[in-house]
Amino acid sequence: MHIPDGFINGATSAGAAVVAAGAVGAALRKSGQELQRRMVPMAGLVAAFIFALQMLNFPVAAGTSGHLLGGALAAVLLGPSMGLLAVTVVVVLQALVFADGGISALGLNVLNMAVVTSLVGWGAFIGSMAILRKRTSSVVVASFVAAAISVIASSIAFAFEYAIGGQGGAPVGTVFTAVAGVHTLIGLGEGLITAATVAAVLVVRPDLVFGARRYELETSIQVSRRGAVAGFVASGLAAAVLLVVFVAPFANPNPDGLESTAEQEGFIDTAADNSVGGPLAGYGVTGIDSATVGTVLAGVVGVLLTFLVGLLVFRLFSRVDQSRLDRSPGPP
Amino acid sequence: MSRGKPASVVTTGHAHALYVHGKSPVHRLPPECKVAALLVFVIAVVATPPRAVWAFGLYAAIAAAVLAVSGVPRRVVARRAVVEIPFLLFAVMLPFLGPPPDVAVGPMELSTVGLWAAWSIVAKGTLGVLASIALTATTEVTDILEGLDRLRVPRVFTDIAGFMVRYLDVILGEQRRMRVAMLSRGYDPRWWWQARALAASAGSLFIRSYERGERVFFAMTARGYQGHMPRFAREEAGARSWVLALALPTLAAAVALATATWLETPR
Amino acid sequence: MTTPALEVVDLCYRYPDGTEVLRDVGFHIHPGERVSLLGPNGAGKTTLVLHLNGIIEPDSGTVRVAGLPVVPEHLMEVRRRTGVVFQDPDDQLFMPTVWKDVAFGPANYGLEGEALAARVGAALESVGMTEVAQRPPHHLSLGQRRRVAVATVLAMEPEILVLDEPTSNLDPASRRELATVLTGLDITMLMVTHDLPYALELCPRSLVINDGRIVADGSTADLLADAELMAANRLELPLGFDPRVVVPRAG
Repeated sequence: MHIPDGFINGATSAGAAVVAAGAVGAALRKSGQELQRRMVPMAGLVAAFIFALQMLNFPVAAGTSGHLLGGALAAVLLGPSMGLLAVTVVVVLQALVFADGGISALGLNVLNMAVVTSLVGWGAFIGSMAILRKRTSSVVVASFVAAAISVIASSIAFAFEYAIGGQGGAPVGTVFTAVAGVHTLIGLGEGLITAATVAAVLVVRPDLVFGARRYELETSIQVSRRGAVAGFVASGLAAAVLLVVFVAPFANPNPDGLESTAEQEGFIDTAADNSVGGPLAGYGVTGIDSATVGTVLAGVVGVLLTFLVGLLVFRLFSRVDQSRLDRSPGPP
Repeated sequence: MSRGKPASVVTTGHAHALYVHGKSPVHRLPPECKVAALLVFVIAVVATPPRAVWAFGLYAAIAAAVLAVSGVPRRVVARRAVVEIPFLLFAVMLPFLGPPPDVAVGPMELSTVGLWAAWSIVAKGTLGVLASIALTATTEVTDILEGLDRLRVPRVFTDIAGFMVRYLDVILGEQRRMRVAMLSRGYDPRWWWQARALAASAGSLFIRSYERGERVFFAMTARGYQGHMPRFAREEAGARSWVLALALPTLAAAVALATATWLETPR
Repeated sequence: MTTPALEVVDLCYRYPDGTEVLRDVGFHIHPGERVSLLGPNGAGKTTLVLHLNGIIEPDSGTVRVAGLPVVPEHLMEVRRRTGVVFQDPDDQLFMPTVWKDVAFGPANYGLEGEALAARVGAALESVGMTEVAQRPPHHLSLGQRRRVAVATVLAMEPEILVLDEPTSNLDPASRRELATVLTGLDITMLMVTHDLPYALELCPRSLVINDGRIVADGSTADLLADAELMAANRLELPLGFDPRVVVPRAG
């Protein structure tokens, strides 16, 4: 979801750039410390890995495409500040060198894909670890949750920016539903890949995982049934809550909240009223608010999908047991 | 194997494959000047109201001129520009999705707002892509990083970026090897629901890349590496280079300022 | 008694998981000597090499390079003095051109401009790779990349050149070319290798390491002719190769 030049107006882009710069600045100050500097090569590796992962593109109905973001993975492996910087490097180089994402939209892209994902991801990771048993396997579960939630948060940030400053003319509801819908799926995929990567690194080089170093962990890579279920319930609920809270105002053709702000900006023609297009218009049934239907649907779909993938992940990791751990090979 | 790694291009762009060798004046400009020029140009383009169509014509002429002087073949530029197709698709939909008032174009009723929005996205996005190609086709990635360093970008960034570019080679190489190994055993995962294998291989790809990268890091440390790339004694960019690089972008910026102040910004 | 070019005393090291790798390893190498380090896989050869320039810190014991102890305060100088050529040239050639790769080392030590160019030119010439200076390393053949890797290290004017398996995967012609290059260098050398004929050809003296310990130290010809020693340390000569017949090159 790299935003190109001209997609979002200048004021919003500038505002996002200020916020992003602030976050990056704070991360830079923290990274100045010696302990952090030693992580630079690892940060480069994580950045390259995320860059490679982002090459997997998923086309979105509205004509943009979605892809894996990696902020949560960076946060778990490197910590929130180094992780934020690593993904920022990815986003900046993609804009400068690969023309992926407009240069004027750099603030927006850094904000959505680096700042939001790594900070929300870290928060979700810590939150999950707080309620899970202190085991190596919990780190894996927490990474899944962190990644899934971070992606959804990122798409919400994007929708927010589009609502305020989108130069589209396309109804916010359309754009948001498409983007958020696909990113729910992407979030689950990202959760899988994040968890798998963290698990693989934990098995061979646990010293490389920043998130694991914070805790005194019992070494058991075997995911307990309860831990896995708890993790996936948590992420499913979080996904549903986020969608419910943020989809409703967008979907409602009689707007309040964000969309009315967009109207005041002159972005959506107020004369358009109920004939604003979008897929949800088709849901209009007499007496039933299309917003409610859309919301409920999205929430149900989100939770169902999360559980489904949760089961998959559980099955994947329950087979990883102590006997399959490689010895740390070391040089020959 | 007696030859080196195959010079294959992977998906959107292997770092070395972006650079097109040449000796044009654009190639010879110091990287920090080119990066600054790119930034000024893009900001000018984006700040221009979409209704000032003539201004975009000027910008396009500037971009075309720079690319022509650089000697980068047109088909190479076209191939790189393919990256913008996703948002072009989006732009195309806008006239159909936008709110009224509509204007009749042939048999269709298209939204005026949508049309202007589509124009804005197409024009600005394309110009941004072209400017970026002008930079990356004439400047090696390592030089771009050095340029950033000279523009006072914090060292941590350019250090991480340097490692990232190096590790990217390592990772893509390992990915290719793993893929060959998987295919050789009859497994070709392409679909979403084959995520399990993809997820499992992502983990081991990371470890293998880390270990290889560690060996590269040892080799660098063994030759005195201390965290940032050494300066190979390139002189600081002279005033002449700066003027040359910034001339056209400054013109664009002046035009942008003019249009922005004298024209009403359309919704 | 001159200062040894390399002095290792009672070196001990364990991997993070506890496996003992080096047990009381000790030996001297004098300036001008050419020594090969022989031993089976897993004997600890590469781990030992990584101790020589301070990439790995030992659990106990010392390493000195031309008298300078390998400790954190002296690492930059140590790394200049101990030129390590690693097994995989792709690990060592990471710059866009051969020239920049060879320049990387001396540039890190502050060399620039004319002096840098002269150093790079000399290094490339000593390995016969002057004409490929502006090419990207991954366009070269393996043999060429090996030689460029040697040049990247020679450019730092080291006291001792340490080579890790320099002939692995090389075709016979490249192997010969490398031997010519190495023989032509006026330098102290330690060569880790499986290639016993090569060791005999280039290194008058050999150390044998097995299971973390130095088990033999003497003339290469004598060691290779000692069938019991060879068998005990999983060292095998190629079929038909008789060390007593082959005359080693002048070292």
